[in-house]
Amino acid sequence: MCLAIPSKIINVNGYNALVDVMGARREVSLMLLPEEAKEGDYVLVHAGFAIQKVDEETAQDSLNLLREIAEKLEAEGY
Amino acid sequence: MKKADAIRGYLERIMQKIGRPVRLMEVCGTHTVSIFRHGIRSLLPEGLELLSGPGCPVCVTSIEDIDRAIKISEQSGAILTTFGDMMRVPGSYRSFYEARAEGADIRFVYSPSDALRLAKKTPERKVVFFGAGFETTSPLVASVIKVALEEGIKNFYVYSVHKLVPPALRALLQDKEVRVDGFILPGHVSTIIGIRPYEFLASEFNRPGVITGFSPDEIIEGVGMLLRQIASGRAEIEIQYKKVVRPEGNPQALKILYEVFSEADSYWRGIGNIPLSGLEPSERYSFVDAKRVFDISVQSKPEPKACSCGEVLRGVKKPTDCPLFGKACTPERPVGACMVSTEGSCSAYYRYGRY
Ligand code: SF4
Repeated sequence: MCLAIPSKIINVNGYNALVDVMGARREVSLMLLPEEAKEGDYVLVHAGFAIQKVDEETAQDSLNLLREIAEKLEAEGY
Repeated sequence: MKKADAIRGYLERIMQKIGRPVRLMEVCGTHTVSIFRHGIRSLLPEGLELLSGPGCPVCVTSIEDIDRAIKISEQSGAILTTFGDMMRVPGSYRSFYEARAEGADIRFVYSPSDALRLAKKTPERKVVFFGAGFETTSPLVASVIKVALEEGIKNFYVYSVHKLVPPALRALLQDKEVRVDGFILPGHVSTIIGIRPYEFLASEFNRPGVITGFSPDEIIEGVGMLLRQIASGRAEIEIQYKKVVRPEGNPQALKILYEVFSEADSYWRGIGNIPLSGLEPSERYSFVDAKRVFDISVQSKPEPKACSCGEVLRGVKKPTDCPLFGKACTPERPVGACMVSTEGSCSAYYRYGRY
């Protein structure tokens, strides 16, 4: 339940941003980010809020892991 | 397989240096699932045991809180909103899901912002968000409450069952039945709270803790760091998940969290009351507190007697020690909360365990 998913910022609009989360576009709040974020940055997203900036490599690593898990889940029929 | 042998050999060498059995607890449900899914237990050398702790917010939400929220949902004009994971948790008589089938307006949302949006869209209704989750989630709810105040939204309420991880670890270490030599600490909770709230583990209880990421390699590295500390007689809080977690956590999120919420005692399902382990809206924000606004008088039943969830959550028993496990209690028909959530220990054992 505490899982946060890395997402790429597509554009920033005040305290909100449009992000790409594993291919889906979502509006997220930037209110909890300790520093400024801009287009192209990666952020960890938990339930509609960006909670931390991460670098691209870290983001890609955890996305690959999540994809792997998602595929396994699918294969197991969940 | 080569890699598996190398890992086992590496852990074995440190274990030999330690020269006694070691029990490590992973506190976070996401770790529990990752450990099972990647077969990490099969890589552990003799004498090294991984226990799952109380790290699933769904599993520790009390029966009484479920009953009270259902009672709220039955009051005129109310809409109860919650995260999807909560829907099937059994209360004394019904789950949210069953109450909804009987006509209560209960909806699941992806984000607490969705609940606030619903309140704006339906000003004639009272929208209540059932706020469950640890420190990863509570700052989100706090910021939504702040927005509700700023925008003057009067029909939005929160029923907080938010819980704090460090006080639960303290309660475990004070429990004579619980034997844990070190903690694999949660990655995303720590993204928010940083290192400081865990320091008592080392300074007061002489137990090491390592904030760890979620991939199999990261978990192995975290376990290795813990074992090396134990081997050299150290007890410190270290960060394996350095790419994401900063020692100071997320100060912005903490500021909003403690502006809106105050610490309060909280009842953990299967464990009991833990002092100052929960969060309730502070005085200034008490107007959103559903516990004050609605009638929440209920007669709750005790936990099902045969369910060993309490012992499982404290790492005293394994799910397979429970007589109901896999028989009367399955993910399709859960008896206890540990079987409901995909991150619950019983559910993880059921789905991946070789029992
Ligand atoms: S198997 Fe079911 S009844 Fe037994 S401890 Fe787990 S949740 Fe409770």
